[in-house]
Amino acid sequence: MQNPSVSDFEKDLALREQDAICVNESKLEHRWYHNLKYVVVGLLFGIVFIKAEIVSWYRIQEMFRLQSFHMYGVIGSAVAVGLISVLLIRRFNIRTIYGEKIVFHPKEFNKGNVIGGLMFGLGWAITGACPGPLFAQIGSGATVIAVTLLSAIAGTWTYGYFRDKLPH
Amino acid sequence: MKIIEWLSQPWPWYVAGPLIGLTVPTLLIIGNKSFGISSSMRHICAACMPANIKFFKYDWKKEIWNLFFVGGIGLGGFLAMLLLPNPHPIQIDSRLSAQLASYGITEISGLVPQDLFSWEQLFSLRGLLMMVAGGFLVGFGTRYAGGCTSGHAIMGLSTLQWPSLVATISFMAGGFLMANLILPHLLKLG
Repeated sequence: MQNPSVSDFEKDLALREQDAICVNESKLEHRWYHNLKYVVVGLLFGIVFIKAEIVSWYRIQEMFRLQSFHMYGVIGSAVAVGLISVLLIRRFNIRTIYGEKIVFHPKEFNKGNVIGGLMFGLGWAITGACPGPLFAQIGSGATVIAVTLLSAIAGTWTYGYFRDKLPH
Repeated sequence: MKIIEWLSQPWPWYVAGPLIGLTVPTLLIIGNKSFGISSSMRHICAACMPANIKFFKYDWKKEIWNLFFVGGIGLGGFLAMLLLPNPHPIQIDSRLSAQLASYGITEISGLVPQDLFSWEQLFSLRGLLMMVAGGFLVGFGTRYAGGCTSGHAIMGLSTLQWPSLVATISFMAGGFLMANLILPHLLKLG
């Protein structure tokens, strides 16, 4: 695999895009330390998670019991800012810092969006954490949440194992 | 220092939400990466135990940025607690604290209730259901749904994808169902 052809890249990208929004769309390859950028972004993101109590089990309960506006405000304003940013990137053809064109791959609907979505919602209200907050909670010192994370990874693995037998 | 004191208070939604929204263009501009977190768990499977399952047979090294990103989130959680601890007791809606108290959950401090999420609770039926079964649902459900709150609700809605709206509504429906109808019975297990 010295020089993977374009079709090899596309094949692997198609696999990586299965059941995923979050994908590396870049065709460039960099040395490993370029990834430190993502540590910095994650770090700032984790601080926001803790300081705005988005990773708090109580805030999630209040959201699902309609006892507080906080989480609706967080998610709503995050979407608004994300939406405007994506519009600006498209409108002005903004490129990455490496000069690459920024690409989006719209996803097709499948039944998993509903069935899996409901399952995740059930789990979210129990654990009070979606996947991101799990990492932040562990970092903040709630070490037992590592068990929850391992169980979530086992859940992902089990999904992969049964994927072809599930309705999509 | 005044600024540290100021930063240590809980941040309001109108500060946190826009900062989270800015993650979307930041990741796109620094490397053409679509924002999402639950995929990290798939990459961990692909890296550690692909077990010849087709779903895990891809070049996970291409997505290693996502593992650096979630590592950063963990580090951020650690630093926020270390450098910016909230000096005040956590504020909780009085209806919620009354409901929790009726199940004997009164130790209300930190991010998760110690009466529910702790190493001692792990081996009780309630603890096992909440930490292990709850986590399993999060991991299985997010992948089946094709994303979590960050991927669907933030990245997907930001790019106007209607399947992401359907997924987000399903997350909320599942959460409302659990928090209001099922969780009260779970909490009673004690």
